[in-house]
Amino acid sequence: MFRLSSLSLGKALVIAETLEGKIVPATLAAITAASKVGPVTAFASGKDAAAAAEQLSKVAGVEQVLVASGDAVATGLPEELAPVVKTIVEKNGFTHVFAATSAFSKNLIPRVAVKFDMMPIADITSIQSEDTFVRHAYAGNVVSTVKSADAIKFGTVRGTSFERAATTGGNAAIVAVECSAALGKSKWIEDLIAKSDKPDLTTAAIVVAGGRGLKNAENFKLLDELAAPLKAAVGATRAVVDAGFCPNDMQVGQTGKTIAPTLYIGAGISGAIQHVAGMKESKVIAVINTDADAPFFQVADYGLVGDLFEAVPALTKLLKN
Amino acid sequence: MSLMYRPTAAQQMKVVVGVKRVVDYSVKIRVKDNKVQTDNVKMSVNPFCEIALEEAVRLKEKKIATEVIAVTVGVKKADDVLRTAMALGCDKAIHIVVPDAEAATLEPLAVAKVLAKLHEELKPDLWILGKQAVDGDFGSTPQLLAGLIDAPQGTFASEIAVADGKVKVTREIDAGRQVVELNLPAVVAADLRLNQPRFPNLQSIMKARKKPVDTRAIDKLGVDTKPHLATVKVEEPAARKAGIKVKTVEELFDKLRNEAKVL
Repeated sequence: MFRLSSLSLGKALVIAETLEGKIVPATLAAITAASKVGPVTAFASGKDAAAAAEQLSKVAGVEQVLVASGDAVATGLPEELAPVVKTIVEKNGFTHVFAATSAFSKNLIPRVAVKFDMMPIADITSIQSEDTFVRHAYAGNVVSTVKSADAIKFGTVRGTSFERAATTGGNAAIVAVECSAALGKSKWIEDLIAKSDKPDLTTAAIVVAGGRGLKNAENFKLLDELAAPLKAAVGATRAVVDAGFCPNDMQVGQTGKTIAPTLYIGAGISGAIQHVAGMKESKVIAVINTDADAPFFQVADYGLVGDLFEAVPALTKLLKN
Repeated sequence: MSLMYRPTAAQQMKVVVGVKRVVDYSVKIRVKDNKVQTDNVKMSVNPFCEIALEEAVRLKEKKIATEVIAVTVGVKKADDVLRTAMALGCDKAIHIVVPDAEAATLEPLAVAKVLAKLHEELKPDLWILGKQAVDGDFGSTPQLLAGLIDAPQGTFASEIAVADGKVKVTREIDAGRQVVELNLPAVVAADLRLNQPRFPNLQSIMKARKKPVDTRAIDKLGVDTKPHLATVKVEEPAARKAGIKVKTVEELFDKLRNEAKVL
């Protein structure tokens, strides 16, 4: 693991995210990213804070773990968490505050940054130096290198752009952080988590995705059947989520999830810029569409002009043999 | 120091909507000579701002909101978006005019500070902004504003319900959805599925052309809008190597397994 030569006085805080008691893989990528600018402290909060802290203390590259527990921060409300993070940053003199890009971090990071009158950098894909970062704009059509003049660099880091830090080899001390009573301007009511037995969309090696060509929710079963032998995750375009064929957690695109699997197979998807923005870093892209002029074929490594209702089951059959 | 919230007079609910004029989402953006080519391209209301406007107008139709004000921070031509806002049903429009040269580097942080300044003046019960602008893709302005005015935030909102001085927001999160309840004043960031925006009809558009817009220069607000980020370089992403067409599923399977070696 290399450090940029200009590291000298950098000190990074990574705000970790957990899901069902485990730190999310993207947080491990954020830790790698943060290591480029200086020693890394990881911060865990939420109802799984203790378990997360344990895991984080073993991650290679994490030198210290701070953990905040208690009712106020148990549900991840940014109104409660932002002041806690602010105090941590002030007390420890962090020069960089990162978190893996996600709904959680996008919700929190700007709210913390503004308390310091600093401009957060969204969805960093490369760290060039302690003050220079690369990100994308215009649905991924513009790659922008920006230099920040802020004393503390706040940013979210794209999980698919950095190697995940190893989950063993670390031996960090865990330090509890005090949290004051809840401010109470917001209240968590409930989480409605989509239950799925499929691999996580953002980390699966293979993703099978469907769009309007599937025509209805029922037909997504064809993709589930293709995904099974591949141990693939199933993704969707915005159009089919809007239409109610799939839940929102399956959406891939400019305003949904960004994925970069080894293999992406898209069926019945025209390939609008906004969808492509979320998956164009996939190593191999295969596209199945009846329309030979579908824009998606322009990014495909392998394009099959054909009817997905024949092609997908046929491919499933070939895989099972 | 947070602003003390005084609910607007009984039965009154003021909603302010932030609206941004952006390069239309369908434009194929090009970069040349270290510059994003935006001259003469089609401009539109940011899609998420359209959704924000629609939600505000619906609140008014349901007689929950008694006044809806649209605000834009942008170049002179951005008054277009305010005409659309008024055609859709906004009562008032405020245009914070930014000189063309400055507009190119105006950051979400600066916009949030401008909106926070307006918050002191307008004292709305609810801000509705789009969750992200499809040009910069920062997706931060609502959260920055909420932090500045110390208001709770409901981001990625796919449903909102206002009642008893609070707003219940259903948010789309990575694993599904979450419901939170926020005290007013609050900032809501509209996501795709919050609603399906209507098209303004021709008659409303014509009428809106005649309505006054409260126009102010950004440098008169006493807000620090200087950028914190300097753009060192912009370029188009590396093009993918051209792919091939296969004729059959068998051929696709063969290529994926034996050539790409991903199956």
